[in-house]
Order: sequence, then C-alpha cells, then structure tokens
Amino acid sequence: MRETAAITAARLVASLCRLTRLGGGTTLPGRVAAMLWPGLIPGLSARLAGGVVLISGTNGKTTTARSLAGILDAAGISVVHNRAGANLLSGIATALAAHASRRGQTRADVGLFEVDEATLPAAVEATRPRVVVLLNLFRDQLDRYGEIDLVAERWRHALAALPPESALAYNADDPMVADLCRAREGRVLAFGLEDVPRSDTRTLEHAADARYCYRCGRPYEYSLITLGHMGHYRCPGCGAARTAPQVRAREVRLHGADGGAAAIVHDGAQIPVATVLPGLYNIYDVTAAAAAGLALGIAPEAVARGIAATAPAFGRGERVGLEGRDALMLLAKNPAGFNEVLRTVLLAEAAPVVLIAINDLIADGRDISWLWDVDFEMLAERARAVVTTGLRAEDMALRLKYAGLETGRMSVERDGERALAAARQLLREGERLYILPTYTAMLHLREILARRGAVRGFWKD
Amino acid sequence: MELRICHLYPDLLNLYGDRGNVMTLIRRAQWRGIRALVLEARLGDPVDPRAGDLFFIGGGEDRQQRLAAPDLREVKGTALREAAQDGAAILAVCGGYQLLGRYYRPAEGPDLEGLGLLDLHTVHPGPGARRLIGNIVVRESGTGRILVGFENHGGRTYLGPGARPIGTAVVGFGNNGQDRGEGAVWRSVYGTYLHGPLLPKNPWLADELIASALRRRYGQVELAPLPDVEEHAAAVAAAARAGARGLTWPGTRNPEAAA
Repeated sequence: MRETAAITAARLVASLCRLTRLGGGTTLPGRVAAMLWPGLIPGLSARLAGGVVLISGTNGKTTTARSLAGILDAAGISVVHNRAGANLLSGIATALAAHASRRGQTRADVGLFEVDEATLPAAVEATRPRVVVLLNLFRDQLDRYGEIDLVAERWRHALAALPPESALAYNADDPMVADLCRAREGRVLAFGLEDVPRSDTRTLEHAADARYCYRCGRPYEYSLITLGHMGHYRCPGCGAARTAPQVRAREVRLHGADGGAAAIVHDGAQIPVATVLPGLYNIYDVTAAAAAGLALGIAPEAVARGIAATAPAFGRGERVGLEGRDALMLLAKNPAGFNEVLRTVLLAEAAPVVLIAINDLIADGRDISWLWDVDFEMLAERARAVVTTGLRAEDMALRLKYAGLETGRMSVERDGERALAAARQLLREGERLYILPTYTAMLHLREILARRGAVRGFWKD
Repeated sequence: MELRICHLYPDLLNLYGDRGNVMTLIRRAQWRGIRALVLEARLGDPVDPRAGDLFFIGGGEDRQQRLAAPDLREVKGTALREAAQDGAAILAVCGGYQLLGRYYRPAEGPDLEGLGLLDLHTVHPGPGARRLIGNIVVRESGTGRILVGFENHGGRTYLGPGARPIGTAVVGFGNNGQDRGEGAVWRSVYGTYLHGPLLPKNPWLADELIASALRRRYGQVELAPLPDVEEHAAAVAAAARAGARGLTWPGTRNPEAAA
C-alpha cells in the first residue's frame, strides 16, 4: 500500500516537474516518494536480481556510469540508472521509483548509480551494492565538503560497511584511493593505465593533491605521471607504492577531440577498446567501466562493444551545432579536470577559439579560487581568442590576463546568449568552438542551445 | 631592481589556488620592469633572512599544518623574525595566518604552537562548530580601501594588543565572526583569512607588499601605477556577488563605471 502510494506519487511529481518546467524532475520525485516510504531505496534495491553498482569519485562519475550502461546494454542486461547525474540519495530514489511497477516490482536487472563522494557511505548502506567503483579523489568544491581528507575518511567508513561478498573496483594509480582500498579483502579489481601517449609528457601539476605519502609524509616519486597526482608512484620513505592492477589499459592512444583507444588487459586476455570520448580522463573512465563490467562477469567482447557504442553524456564532450559551425562542450569542474580538458583542446587545435563559462552557484562550488590552480598558461600561449562568461566572467578574464593572454585576444560577456553570439562571430569557416563550462554554466548554455533545438533536455539525454 | 620573493612550503601549503598570489607579485613587478626572483623553501630548508624581502605562506588542511608548524618554528623561525623586524614583507593566508600566531587550539588534540610573529591566537570551537565559509568584503581601517575574497575556516582568531586588524568585514565573518575584525597587521606582516588568490583582485595590497619589499633593499621606491582595468572589474563584480552595496573604492578611477 505504502509502496504503491510512494511510486505513484513519484510518477505524478515527475510529470508535474516536466509540465511546469521545474527542471528535469530528477530529484524531487524521489524525495517525495521516500517521505511516503522511507525504505524505498533498500526495498527496491534488494529486488534487483543483478544487484547494484555504485560509482563514486571527484571526476568521471557520469561518463563511467554511461560507459558501464553501454556495456550492460551490449550484454543484454537492463538497467535502472540515474543517467542525468542526480547523484544524491534523492536522485537514486527517483530513478528506482521511475523503474518500478505500481506494485513495487522492478523492471530492471541491475541498478547503476553514480554517487556523490560525500553520499557514498549512506548509499552503500541503503543499496548494499554488488560492485563499488572508486575513481579518484581530486580537489573539488572544498567549500561544500570541507577538506579532501574528510572525503577520504567518509570513504573509509563506506568501505568498512561494504558487505564482504561485494566486489571493489578501484583506481590503483590514485595514491589516496589505493591507500583506502589496499586492505580490502575478497573480490577486488584494481584498474590503472600502464602508459600514456608519447607526445603527452607530463610533470606534476600545481593542482596535485596527494604528493605526500599518506603513511609517512615523504613526497612520492613517480616513474609515470598520468593525470594530476595519479600515476606510477612510490614513496622513498616507507616504500608504499602502486601495486600492479588486475585491469590494465596499455597502448593508450588519443585522437584529439575525436576520442581514443587502448588495449585493456585482464586475466591473460586482451580487450581492444575504442571510444569517441576525448581526452586521457575518459580513458580512465572507460577502463573503470571495463573493470566494473568484468566484476559483473560480462564477456570481454560485450565490454568492447559497449564502450564503442557509448556516446558522450550531456556537456561532457557533447557536439552541438552553432549557426552553421560546430561546437564541442567539455565540462570542467575542478583543476585536474580543467587541465585535462585544456590538454584535449590543445591536442585537437593549434590555435583554438574558446568560450569559458564560470559560475559560482552551490553545484559549482561557491569558491572560485581553484581557477588559479588550473594551468591556463598553456591556453594563453596558443588560443586565438577566448570569450569569458558566467557569473564569474570577470574573475576568469583576470586569471587569463595573469596567464599571459593579452586583452586583444579576450572578451568578457557575462550574459550567456551574448557570449555564444560573440564566440560564434569569431569562428572562421571550418573552425570549431570549444565551450568549457562549470556545471551550472553548462546547464545554462545547454538551455539556451535547447531553445534553439541544438541539443536535447538533459533529462532526456 | 629585483623583487626577491620567498615562497614558504609551496607544495605543502597550497590549498585553494594560493599560488595566484605569487603569480600576481611576479607579474606586477615584471610589468614595471622589475625583475622577480622566487625562492622556494620547503620542509627542512633553512631560510636566509636577507635572501628574500617578501615572504608568502599559503593555507593547508590540518594534516599539512601539523607538518609545517614545527618546521616553521624550529627551522625557519629565527630568520623570519629577523626579516620581519628588519622591514621585510610577509603575507600569510588562512592556515599560514594561524601559524604566525601564538598557538592554534584544534577541535581535538593538543595545541599547536605557532611562530608568535603576530600577537594573536586561534581556537577551533569543536568538531560540531560551523565553519565560517563564504564571500567576504573588507574595508581597510583608516584608508577605506576594499579587499574582496573568499573565506573558509573553522578556527576563530583573536588579536592581542600587539596586532591590529587589517579592516572590518562589511560582508562575511572575518577573524572570529564576532568582532567584525578581519586579518592582522604588524609592521609589514599581514595575515588574513581571505584565502587563495587574494592579490589578483586586490592589487593595492599586492603593490603595498612589493613596495615594502623593495624599500628594504633599495630605500625609497616609487611604484609606477598600472591600469588595472580587469582587476577592478573583477573586484567590483565579486563585491556585488557577495551582496555588498554602495561601496566606495578609494584610490581607483570610478571602477563601478567600468563594471
């Protein structure tokens, strides 16, 4: 009775949200339903025959979940998935309620949920997942979560609460994540990159978070840096080091804005994968999705097919039309992510035209200090023109000035509509615009583009 | 002329884009034809009090602060005290600011002894206490000049008679959320909770630090003015975003119009 009422209410609220354009209705229905039936998430999760997969980490949650959805689809497994990225408990409840019959029967085999880093302990408790995927821990929105060590502490609790029969897939290249996961017994599938493209020589970035050993405080030594503070690390003090992961991506190749490829090695088998998702960070996401797929017992052939079929999530490498020109939208939420996005743009283009949109709403993080941890110098050196927009357009312009971009190559348009028009004007025949927005700036620009019919609503995507 | 900057714990205390401050000092020197030299002093590195004229200390999380505090006292303390007495400029933000005081009493565990260069102490009221987080706008005492930034701290800082606040929080919490004071000054030593990239949007403070540092080495120095159009536009936009209304901006050519 209570279950039926909750699920019916969730459906009703979801329809109302869309009718009244209150947004995508990706969290409110679940919140209402959970009020009527507090046991909604545990109850519906337990009815999923194939179990629940939780995916958490600072960067790559949405794309990893999409890639895993692609893999499950290729294997003929149906999923319930918080696709629109609503990754608090309310978003999980909304997705579960939407996929249940009025009597509370689920119509999916597997629950696939990306989970906000701070919500992970509660989500583990509520869903008792079959697989947990831990991607990375980067500096992000410290005003909301306090400090990164606090997030690590929450994850420690989440792992302690994980049922012993659950599988854990974690990033072996992230020292902080690996340190949390190393002691885990039972089924563990660590994943990592064995190499990066030769053109892509890297040094430790200013944004790097875990440069000091978590056990003894000495700086790590790296034989390979892949992304941010991740790579093949070793502490010269206590000897704590990356251990060889079970799922390894080798022969990593990047094709500018057009995607990448790698050979994923597991258990003696080699799975060649190719993706349209651009950038090294997406190679990590795809490898993580493969590890999760393998943990669920999916055949390597379906893993490769699923990855190849996965299209970018909204705003994450999404291609949009802009009055006769192409634009590529690359979400950039934090220093590590932004640096990767800049590298991807500069790999694709010698002198790019770029629109940077910075907001400081709660979902973006109200503190925009992190802009000074991004290595915009590499963009300032080569950009043909940059337009800045968003609630913090002026802050972004100031950052670019100190990165060495002259005022002649830069303009400020706080209004999104006018910024898109200004950027469009700059584009020559055959040139593509690179749009680099923070989260809410991305939603705002997509809304403008959706009105013109250039993109779909994010909840339909 | 040469501006000698000494960046303390650049890899340990570098939370929230603190390096933006050093970048700003370098650029603003270079734009005036002044060479800028940055020395980095990490854990264990001794400091020569004459090698640098402008010392910068950023913020860190509790773990990093516990690593830095004994090093600051025992390895670098004497040199920093000597440099400060001698007129060197020091800027310490957030965690670094707390470390310049007499002690920091954390939410749990023993007190952390500071350098005692600024007459102040900091108390964390307990694990359940709310952090003081948000945009902040400060009016400098005396001159009325404006500082804009972002604060995020659990500790509450209380000044003794030997230090005075930089100014008054017009928006935000400041030192302790009670007396509206923000930051502390003694000679050319500045401590503040405006964390991360404080100097880019507040070029007058950057220039004051540069001028103090150059005076120590070269005697009387006049800094050529810079146009600062983007700096003021960003400061005015940030103050508006913080909700500050009707501010006057002394010493700038009507920046409100520029916005």
